[in-house]
Amino acid sequence: MPGLKRKDILGLREMTVEEIDLILNTAEALKDLATRPVKKVPTLRGKAIVTLFYENSTRTAKSFELAAKYLGADVIHVSAATSSVQKGETLKDTARNLEAMGVDAVVVRHSMGGAPHLLARSLRASVINAGDGIHEHPTQGLLDMLTIRQKKGGFKGLKVAIVGDSYHSRVARSNIYGLTKYGAEVWLAGPSTLLAQGFEEYGVRTTTRVEEALEGADVVNVLRLQLERQEKGLFPTVAEYHRFWGVTAERLRLAKPDVLLMHPGPMNRGVEIATAVADGPQSVITEQVTNGVAVRMALLYLLLGGGEAA
Amino acid sequence: MSRPKALLMDATQMNRALSRIAHEIIERNKGTEQVALVGIRRRGIPLAQRLAARLKAFEGREVPVGSLDITLYRDDLSELASLPVVHKSEVNFKLPGRVVVLVDDVIYTGRTARAALDALLDIGRPAAIQLAVLVDRGHRELPIRPDYVGKNVPTSRRERVEVHVTEIDGEDFVALYDNE
Repeated sequence: MPGLKRKDILGLREMTVEEIDLILNTAEALKDLATRPVKKVPTLRGKAIVTLFYENSTRTAKSFELAAKYLGADVIHVSAATSSVQKGETLKDTARNLEAMGVDAVVVRHSMGGAPHLLARSLRASVINAGDGIHEHPTQGLLDMLTIRQKKGGFKGLKVAIVGDSYHSRVARSNIYGLTKYGAEVWLAGPSTLLAQGFEEYGVRTTTRVEEALEGADVVNVLRLQLERQEKGLFPTVAEYHRFWGVTAERLRLAKPDVLLMHPGPMNRGVEIATAVADGPQSVITEQVTNGVAVRMALLYLLLGGGEAA
Repeated sequence: MSRPKALLMDATQMNRALSRIAHEIIERNKGTEQVALVGIRRRGIPLAQRLAARLKAFEGREVPVGSLDITLYRDDLSELASLPVVHKSEVNFKLPGRVVVLVDDVIYTGRTARAALDALLDIGRPAAIQLAVLVDRGHRELPIRPDYVGKNVPTSRRERVEVHVTEIDGEDFVALYDNE
């Protein structure tokens, strides 16, 4: 029967196709809420949610916040930069204190992979991973999948090119885990120093030539060049990065005419993506943001909506 | 599926009841100009469509039909062992100025109707809301009374009323069962 049989959402890697279908179907049903005159429903009235962010975010944090509010929950935001974390409090202690105040779910973003897993084990509250290091960003993966499913009807046999810095990208990893479960053909393209390794067992192909990945692609997901995570020497200059690996209008013509152009944001215009492409007719970047709220509403409903037995 | 202990309505009786309700809707609202029908998921939807077809046959005018999923408005979500699947509500017409007739198969405690009222009012502000049900089985827990009733059936709380419709179940009948 419906409902997720898990307390936490930590990554797409361990999720089944049935669970992902349920989340995407629920998101589809909830999506229209955000366009109604009255956006609030009483479904999660009385539930409390905290977004606990150890890294900066506008889109993900606000998207979770709106999703929680649309469903009638109360939500508070804790940013590490302005909290007791500055006084040396550990992640676990901070989260336990929030739980002691009665929160039902903790949405956590952290620069260390596995931080949400640590919390999931030590809290009774549900934990949702909002991005952990370079490991996973499941809600981004799910919203990307919802966007693709809406436009393409499914995933099987689609050529999905993930372009850019996949090595530092939790978005790329969640996309790979999710899409390959449905039989999509995933390509990674970028400089060899920035390519994620070890996904051969998922059938992922890698190339240093962007053109090879874009050729005949149904979906192009452009990754942000994560300037804050770069060590020295992984690529020469930002300008040279754009020249070799940037997604430009000219390169995008190699893809299918009805290609979907995606970007998880925030964009470095003129670096990994040309402005003309980002604002072009194939871009579904705004739909991704809209779908993000829907996916997060779906997860909050599925995790917090039922009773103890659910 | 257990065996019914009594057949409450057969297909002919269901058809007659729906035709009578359609006439009552027309009479009460002096025509169908303002009328719209909104079926409550799941079996209220085919019933609303059948009423719309009758309103068209009797008055010669298309009446808009919508559907409402009340899951997000239920008051017992935190008590359910398994979480209901959320579906889309589709009300693709403007509500102000409309008389909306909510349509459901069975009214029992009245809690579904309460949730439907809240769900509808969050979409817009109709001129009036009326309630049509195929079966009223009593045991109301809220001060809610349907405007149009196909059949009143006295029941015990240990019993269950099931409405079967061809669109979903392959045949038309209403029957009474014992809850195991």
